[in-house]
Amino acid sequence: MILLDDTDKKILNTIQFDFPLETEPFQKLGEQLGISENEVIKRLERLQNERAVRKIGPIINRKGIGGTSTLVAATVPEDKVDEVAAYINEYHEVSHNYHRPGKFNIWFTISAPSRRRIDNILEELRERTGLEFIDLPTKKLFKIGVKFNIW
Amino acid sequence: MDEIDERIIKLTQNGIPIKRSPFADISIELGISEKEIIKRLEKMKQEEIIRRFGASIGHRDIGILANAMCVWNVADEMTDEVGTIMASFSEVTHCYERPRVPGWDYNLFTMVHSYTKEECYEIAAKISKATDIKDYKLLFSDREFKKTGVRL
Repeated sequence: MILLDDTDKKILNTIQFDFPLETEPFQKLGEQLGISENEVIKRLERLQNERAVRKIGPIINRKGIGGTSTLVAATVPEDKVDEVAAYINEYHEVSHNYHRPGKFNIWFTISAPSRRRIDNILEELRERTGLEFIDLPTKKLFKIGVKFNIW
Repeated sequence: MDEIDERIIKLTQNGIPIKRSPFADISIELGISEKEIIKRLEKMKQEEIIRRFGASIGHRDIGILANAMCVWNVADEMTDEVGTIMASFSEVTHCYERPRVPGWDYNLFTMVHSYTKEECYEIAAKISKATDIKDYKLLFSDREFKKTGVRL
């Protein structure tokens, strides 16, 4: 786990939602935070190497580009979890995949251009794993805005 | 969204490089100016093709280790009202309504992230009190197999 000082935290809190969309964003960020562009770059390199920052890029709205998504769960024997998770991860339409202890212990999201593609993926996974999946497509989105308050 | 927009997304969705002019290479590859790339990204934000342009945080790697999916069993006619209240909590990062299926009765889902499980339980208790929904569970993730976000 990475240790963060106050400047790191300020950077992380700023770049989630207020990343300056400019041709030289790190210079602008430095201005906003009162540090040099070089300092911003140096710190971001470290933050990215240590995986505190996974990436800086566009967060795509699946609905906005025409598409649909679902949350899927399965009951997987614990000794098969790694194998099944690897199968699931092969699909680039799978955006998140977690182990959560409980009756259903693998939970993943699929985001695809069409409902048909989601059905195909689930059908293939059923065939490959012999498992049953519960399919919980979004009925209504009340909120999406992952911001981690880092303190 | 035209073909150039799509290529811009594909070339940035894995992350822009951390350097002085992060859009310079893409600009050469696409044969358009860096300013044009920024303009197009702004437009895609306005059109809600992209929700935001910014950092994805490795929350586990900075110590936010308690990541709970809180699932709630809410009467169908109450979901709009209850979902709106749940979404108003700043600690809730996602809030969705999903169908019930055989073997699964919970129809509202909220994600809560914090430094400790205890804090997640406290937040869920607060939400439960505010909405009067008593049938709920917290499912904590203990392993992350994948977190790429939505990709084109």
